[in-house]
Amino acid sequence: MDSAEGPVTEKIAGVNIEILRRGKGRPILFLHPHIGIHGSGRFIERLAREAQVIAPSHPGFGHSELPRGMSTVDDLSYFYLDLIENLDLRDLVVVGASFGGWIAAEIATKTRERLSRLVLIGAVGAKFGAREKSDIVDIFATPRSRWEELSFRDPAVWLRDYESLPEEELTAMARNREATALFAWNPYMYNPKLRGRLHRIRIPTLFLWGANDGFAPIAYGKDYCAAIPGAKFEEIADSGHFPHMEQPEAVARHVIGFAGDRPRRRGDTR
Amino acid sequence: MRIYHFSEQPCPDAWAPEHKSLRVILPSRNCDPRVMAENYHHRLDEWMLADELGLDIMINEHHATATCCCPVAAVPLAILARQTKRARLLTLGYPIANRLDPVRVAEEFAMIDVISRGRLEMGLVRGVPYEVPLSVRSAVGQMDRFWEAHDLIIKAMTSIDGAFDWQGEHFQYRNVNVWPRVYQQPHPPVWITGRSPQNIREIAERGYVLGTFLSGFQTKDLFDHYRKACADLGRPAPAPDRFSYLGIVAIAEDRKEALRRAEVMVGYLRSSGRVAEPFGTPPGYFSVKDAARMIKARGKRTTTTREGKAVDTHHGAIEDLVKAGIMFVGTPDDVTSQLAEFVDNVGGLGHFLMMGHAGHMTHEEAVDQITLVAKEVLPRLQKPRAASKQAA
Repeated sequence: MDSAEGPVTEKIAGVNIEILRRGKGRPILFLHPHIGIHGSGRFIERLAREAQVIAPSHPGFGHSELPRGMSTVDDLSYFYLDLIENLDLRDLVVVGASFGGWIAAEIATKTRERLSRLVLIGAVGAKFGAREKSDIVDIFATPRSRWEELSFRDPAVWLRDYESLPEEELTAMARNREATALFAWNPYMYNPKLRGRLHRIRIPTLFLWGANDGFAPIAYGKDYCAAIPGAKFEEIADSGHFPHMEQPEAVARHVIGFAGDRPRRRGDTR
Repeated sequence: MRIYHFSEQPCPDAWAPEHKSLRVILPSRNCDPRVMAENYHHRLDEWMLADELGLDIMINEHHATATCCCPVAAVPLAILARQTKRARLLTLGYPIANRLDPVRVAEEFAMIDVISRGRLEMGLVRGVPYEVPLSVRSAVGQMDRFWEAHDLIIKAMTSIDGAFDWQGEHFQYRNVNVWPRVYQQPHPPVWITGRSPQNIREIAERGYVLGTFLSGFQTKDLFDHYRKACADLGRPAPAPDRFSYLGIVAIAEDRKEALRRAEVMVGYLRSSGRVAEPFGTPPGYFSVKDAARMIKARGKRTTTTREGKAVDTHHGAIEDLVKAGIMFVGTPDDVTSQLAEFVDNVGGLGHFLMMGHAGHMTHEEAVDQITLVAKEVLPRLQKPRAASKQAA
């Protein structure tokens, strides 16, 4: 694969997608969080030292097109099934962070073909708690500074000088926020059907969770993990909701280690 | 020219300076239901007086707020449909893009239209940004949903030959069959609020009444968009009855008293924009371009909204608000000449929506205001155009 400097736009499954491709070898599909691909660069570069990383912006996010009629994470997961086939990815490791983890979990409930590992970093998407309260902090009802405190141990990895940002970056941020509302407004950050489908994920699955996550609590992550047969759970120290941004080295080592750890369970999965 | 009396039916006792947001999250423990019962009765009495004196009636609705304690416009409309005799009953309006059930909207409208014997004016609005957080559906694609809801409501009201199905993008129904049949045929008049040229064009294409609120002397530009759309379509110039404008009126026999009333009412403007940070700019409500601009202006309170501007209005600015065509203040002579000037400026106005009660204004003051407008302002404004539009 070419490793161009920045993201390029490719037509995939009929949709113009902004996509970053890095490195060679075993394919890793990285699905970014609702805040977009910004801030995930160091993690992607670290993975790309040992694998081939494919990091698209989801339809509607960043500079990727939003096809008419696409309005649910279920739709996004079908788009990614097409992408995986169109790019002929095999023995694929799917890594999803936060909202991207939701998409990853939905993909894995729908197929085992071509997938070999699933890594869910602070994933959302399923409902476990009481009906009177959202499991996940409501990004649309929380002042931005408070959301930053809850989501990051050190918000510096995320903060930018908005006044000097180029128009293009501001547009991407605005589109990320709008797309998050489109896909996750209500039910907020989950698909009511997903929990009951999680047992269908039969590839080895690893949960990575920031020890200081104030956005999606660790207890939520553990409930999620328990719903997927055989899934493992690891905490990432000194990190909030986006450990791949705050601790890219540690998270990349976990991912590479887990991807390379050829399963004894392989026979179970075929 | 018609004048509609309007109040937001506020709960002003719940407006305390320590509340950062008078909308969305203000606890309802701040509302004393016994006081609110008095408020509701007074407002209904004022509307009944307006009916007796020859004014028309406007109702609106907002949600989870002390500034407008009417979350269900259908309730006062239904009461007034029975209790009044002649006034047009305008709701401006129903936020139909946030409603889950357009067929239910059609049923409410149909019943009110029949009980009032054909006096309903059916206003549809997109709704304010800070009520999107209360909505089951996000603001993404909101206008698309608005027009589909509109199409369904109109079809439901005008289908008189039995049930039909609706399988749209946003709404799906089986066996839509609205009873009663509406009184006004083929359906009650439609009003829609608009500010963008595109939106106003869509309203003009359908020949609906354009609603504008507190836009002052910018209103002429909005009406011009409508006129231009008609010209582009090869239609005759729209009559004044296609245009409406909402302004605030503080009137008294004595100019000093009118100014005092204006101070009481301007409290409404100063507080109605008090909204906690995350609720003011819901994603999808503004274009991506505008949203990007707002991210850039992070931390600064934007003054691009009408409400935002009004919040910035300081004491002593009533004179400016009058000059801006947002408030009409003074004796009946003053208010008549200010309104006449405004009507000339915008090129004709069929419906003036008068916020005649606001904030802490008392019932007695509101009664005095309604009486003065009905007896001393309206007849003089109607004189030159007396031959045109009379009662429907």
